[in-house]
Amino acid sequence: MSMDFELLVRIFPEVLLDGIILGFMYALIALGYTMVYGVLEFINFAHSEIFIAGAFIGVEILLGLQGRGLLEGFPWPLVLLLALMAGMAASGLLAVTIERVAYRPLRAAPRLIPLISAIGVSFFLQDFIRLFESLWRNAFNLVYPSMDALNHRLELTATIDVSVKSLVVIVSALLMLWALHLIVNRTKVGTAIRAVAEDQAAASLMGIDVNRIISLTFLIGGAMGGAAGVLFGVQYGLINPYSGFIPGLKAFTAAVLGGIGNIPGAMVGGLVLGLLEAFAASYLSLLTGGAFGAEYKDIFAFSVLILILIFRPKGLLGEVVRERA
Amino acid sequence: MIQALLSVGLVAASALGVATFPRSVLAFLLFQGSLVFVYRARIPELLRWSLLVVALLVLMPVIGYFNGYYLEVATQVGIFVVLALGLNIVVGLAGLLDLGYVAFFAVGAYSWAIFGSPHANVIFGGGFPLAGGWFYPFLVVGLCTAALTGVLLGLPVLRLHGDYLAIVTLGFGEVIRVLANNLDKPINITNGPKGITPISRPPTPFGLPYGEYFYFLVLLLVVVVVIVNRRLENSHIGRAWEAIREDELAARSMGVPLVRMKLMAFACGASFAGIMGVLFSAKQVFINPESFTFLESIGVLAMVILGGMGSIPGAILGATVVTVLNLQVLKGFSLWLNELKNAGVTVLGYSLADLPTQFEPAKYERMVFGIILVLMMIFRPQGIFPARRRQRELTPHGS
Repeated sequence: MSMDFELLVRIFPEVLLDGIILGFMYALIALGYTMVYGVLEFINFAHSEIFIAGAFIGVEILLGLQGRGLLEGFPWPLVLLLALMAGMAASGLLAVTIERVAYRPLRAAPRLIPLISAIGVSFFLQDFIRLFESLWRNAFNLVYPSMDALNHRLELTATIDVSVKSLVVIVSALLMLWALHLIVNRTKVGTAIRAVAEDQAAASLMGIDVNRIISLTFLIGGAMGGAAGVLFGVQYGLINPYSGFIPGLKAFTAAVLGGIGNIPGAMVGGLVLGLLEAFAASYLSLLTGGAFGAEYKDIFAFSVLILILIFRPKGLLGEVVRERA
Repeated sequence: MIQALLSVGLVAASALGVATFPRSVLAFLLFQGSLVFVYRARIPELLRWSLLVVALLVLMPVIGYFNGYYLEVATQVGIFVVLALGLNIVVGLAGLLDLGYVAFFAVGAYSWAIFGSPHANVIFGGGFPLAGGWFYPFLVVGLCTAALTGVLLGLPVLRLHGDYLAIVTLGFGEVIRVLANNLDKPINITNGPKGITPISRPPTPFGLPYGEYFYFLVLLLVVVVVIVNRRLENSHIGRAWEAIREDELAARSMGVPLVRMKLMAFACGASFAGIMGVLFSAKQVFINPESFTFLESIGVLAMVILGGMGSIPGAILGATVVTVLNLQVLKGFSLWLNELKNAGVTVLGYSLADLPTQFEPAKYERMVFGIILVLMMIFRPQGIFPARRRQRELTPHGS
């Protein structure tokens, strides 16, 4: 028992770091869910595929550079920036297109109708990515090319070290969250987004083009998801067309946890869920003597979701969820 | 009169077609199409029903004699018809979107799989598997277990509304699958990803082969479930469900007990899935968690949506179309493409042999489900055979 305890303490910093990385990843994805929910009160079920599409654009850029022998030629921050920008642009545009094609015609329909349409889009995109990659590369399980500079580990103390890519993930996530904060709270379009979320009819009476703002919301949320996709690929390496689904579901959990529709809430919820999950994954098996292991971490996340919805549906940063007639 | 002749002719001709070309997918599709035509044609009711009965009770087994795979397809269709009818109660009638429906199917399947196979010895010591005859009582056990699971799930989550409920049921479906995948320790209950086999089958009456036996059993269950569904729909329970779907607040003020009715919808839907789960595990002899993924839940949802939410003929048609699309059209296309590849056919100067090996049309079920869901929602949310009450609701400017 005492040895176990020692182990618990020794792996603590590592688990904490894993949790923070996972948490920022969830936070970035959760923003897409929460922003769309804020303006439309609708769960964009296809957001997990918008996220994974970003990861695929990123891997295509990196593999393309690698194929031409250019990957090591450019400085790595530039390469990474290129992949991130491309992923963000592609996912943002994808999100806008989806809204235009599959959600806008259904805006007046009963509430479950657009949700079902979103599930359809999600399934369609999974196989579409698979189809595209099968024809283009004859493979749909892709691996991010490894870059030496990113795998380099920095020693923080004698026992704790951290890889460059983990730092990159954390720093880029922080930068993006900060940029989003500025856009939403300090600019005119940000004010418009908040106005539309508050009351669509009133916003349109104030001269705001509601459709444009909704498109913009999808663009920003999609771009955040795309960035998360590229970072996901950089951090974990292996991606396939179906690997967006579970992170997407957890990010949605994070959004609900923080209070859906609430932007700071999504960030807090993401971090909390990421940490909970990392600790559950590492400690569950130690604490139960091996009876329940890391494979239960998904159940753990879903149980959190169910409990939150039952006992505190407003989420941690409680914005009241209104019911639409 | 013309339609009557046409109906008889179509059924006879297409059945003959299947018998003559037992390997032609097209002939079998034509046979199925002829049944839909008979159902919709303006002919005397007596003729309609006798044609359908003859086709399903006599012609189909005969076709199965020429090509056993078609009987397998028909049995699968039947299983999915029952699942779609069950989900139809929850989604179509009560308006509760359940995205984890396949979990109840899994509960039923595992309840017979564990006790009907030597696997139970691992848990209880000796004495298993139960004899094949226990299969019939277990149909009821599966039904009750699934219904109980439905109630247990429903109790905490039914306070949630609309899309939140959908996500929680989705999570529940995943939880059941993860449990099935991992409960091989500390006590080995489900045998994990390796699955359970061999599962006992009941002794068949009159020495029927198992293909025919399961076909008739499924057909019988379909008939029972359809009757139960129709009775429910027109009972005060069915009306209460529809009232809840249309307007919860109004329903409550009219004295509809919300929680009890919602629980009942969950339990009814789940029990159909449970009974089919038991049958499925006996038919397959082997089950593992792979058969109970989110994909299956969405597949059943696509069936209900395609046919028309809340409509019984719709659910039957939807289940048939989607199952046949998956089992025959996609796979048929795959096989056909492979033959063309091997024959070295070129299309517009492009040799098909150069097609990437990872491109397999049979694997694109999700794309089919996705396209069905999106197109139906945009262009025909009431489905192909809309329920009458539902149709009125979804027609704009409600006349």
